[in-house]
Amino acid sequence: MVIVYIDHFDGRAVPASWEALNVGRGLAEELGSEIKAVVLGSDVEGIAQEAKDYGAGEVFLADLKVLEHFRPEVYTEAVTQIVQEQGAEIVLFPTTGRARELAGMLAIDLDTGVTPDVVAVELEGSVVVATRPIYAGKLLTKEVNQARRPQILTTRSRSFQPPEKGTGGEGVITRLELELSEPATEVQGYKESNRGTSLSDAAIIVSGGRGTSNNPSLKPPPEITDEKEQEIWRAHQGFELIGELAKVLGAAVGASRAAVDAGFIPYANQVGQTGKVVSPDLYIACGISGAIQHLAGMRTSKTIVAINKDPDAPIYKLARFGVVGDLFEIVPALTEALREKLDKA
Amino acid sequence: MNIVVCVKQTTDTAATLSVVDGEASYGDAALVLNPWDEYAVEQALLTKEAEGGKVTALCLGPDSAEDALKQALAMGCDEAVLILDAVFESADTLVVSRALAAGIEKLDPPELVFFGKSAVDSDTGVMGPQVARRLGWPSLNLVAAIPELDASAKTITVERLLEEGRQIVSGRLPAVVSVVKEINEPRYPSFMGIRKASKAEIPRWSAADVGLSGQIQPALSWPEILAPEKSEAVCELIEGGDASEIARKLVDRLVEEKVI
Repeated sequence: MVIVYIDHFDGRAVPASWEALNVGRGLAEELGSEIKAVVLGSDVEGIAQEAKDYGAGEVFLADLKVLEHFRPEVYTEAVTQIVQEQGAEIVLFPTTGRARELAGMLAIDLDTGVTPDVVAVELEGSVVVATRPIYAGKLLTKEVNQARRPQILTTRSRSFQPPEKGTGGEGVITRLELELSEPATEVQGYKESNRGTSLSDAAIIVSGGRGTSNNPSLKPPPEITDEKEQEIWRAHQGFELIGELAKVLGAAVGASRAAVDAGFIPYANQVGQTGKVVSPDLYIACGISGAIQHLAGMRTSKTIVAINKDPDAPIYKLARFGVVGDLFEIVPALTEALREKLDKA
Repeated sequence: MNIVVCVKQTTDTAATLSVVDGEASYGDAALVLNPWDEYAVEQALLTKEAEGGKVTALCLGPDSAEDALKQALAMGCDEAVLILDAVFESADTLVVSRALAAGIEKLDPPELVFFGKSAVDSDTGVMGPQVARRLGWPSLNLVAAIPELDASAKTITVERLLEEGRQIVSGRLPAVVSVVKEINEPRYPSFMGIRKASKAEIPRWSAADVGLSGQIQPALSWPEILAPEKSEAVCELIEGGDASEIARKLVDRLVEEKVI
């Protein structure tokens, strides 16, 4: 049996959960085995229903107050109980901060391996041969768990096809009353919620680098006298243009490490080896020269567009399209051109 | 307060990787303290400076990993221990988490154990949570800020950086805290720190020293290391005319290629 954990936040499943479910479905078919899903939370029956629509043969639903907020200890306990009870051969998770942690802790409970952030899977008999990036994707490794069960893997966002909705529906939802320990932590609340698409799920990303501060003709307001603050102010004007372009495209905003380290934009936006590794359909790099650490984080993007002043910037080696020019001119022109196009469409 | 920070030695992030004889090769690139772990070391030092106590850096690795521990000492850690044993050569996270948890249990009981969120070579990102699970302590993972820490009440409140925003969580000590970059700005080692570190004798613990005899078989193996396919993109430069013309041409090309 293959069990897929459905990760969700604020009443909505993260898209990568359905990709994981589809991977699980494929493996189960090949193994002649069953595909089941786990939904934990409070007031999450809708998500269990969705898991059924997406093709889970059985959905284990633990709809309990104690599971209202993600807390790794109590969530792990719940998943461990279900997986043990069912005797699953393979357990899949989407690669999110929450689910990766859960997968790691489940592996400890069940004394088995965990293979995070998988980009491809194949079967050799009943053994999953997974491919996962190492060194931020500078290399790939195949990884297998020959002897221990279950095999636990997390699938990287946007590396697998999502299933078509309505392809399942024969399945059942089984409500579980689990005996769970009193959680050791308490969730006080949430802040800085980003309503937009997260970088890992985004189909399009527009990123800014050091070049966002590189417009000497912009005059900061006189009350900003510190040189560093002036630079940050200039960069904010650059990122404002990037934000407008992102908005037209429905894209997420990314940044290079240089831009984050210089204080232009929060770390949550960083793409690269010490930031997020992303794989969108379209990646537009504005004023990013393309340090090896940055390229490692976005090289698997389907189409890369580079906008840079320096024609020798390494980013052009990965780019499908390049514009050599000033991002302060090109980016707003691109926003405008896209608006025109979209208005006509 | 006793504080432990677990660190790893990795290649520098500027390293170019290739596959040589089926193994990952980083050429002559430098080996460094895992960049994520610098934030963990810094947070351990900041906590000690606020609360008193001592910071012990703990590492599992080969001989060369002593340099990563020296870097941690040079930054200001008080003590360091290297867990080193031939049985760990093909260790996976299951084995490493067991060894680190056993190492932590052999030290003076800590109230906080810090980890970086991931190692830049293996990229598993599960070590902090796995060690927490083994110790039976709360796992506070992906922590971007620690707004409250009360050593006498033994409570901690952190902000976890989730994809959707920040989750504010409080829990009891002892706890395992895995930090992300945003939490601080790691210090550079001082001259005195470097001198002290260069003279330090770092104790080495074998698997037996931390009480591990059986049960150290890894679950995972790595039959093949591959280089990613080279990007076949040949960059098509969009040029000619002013910014608006270039922008229109680019949009047309993106539409033609069905990118948008």
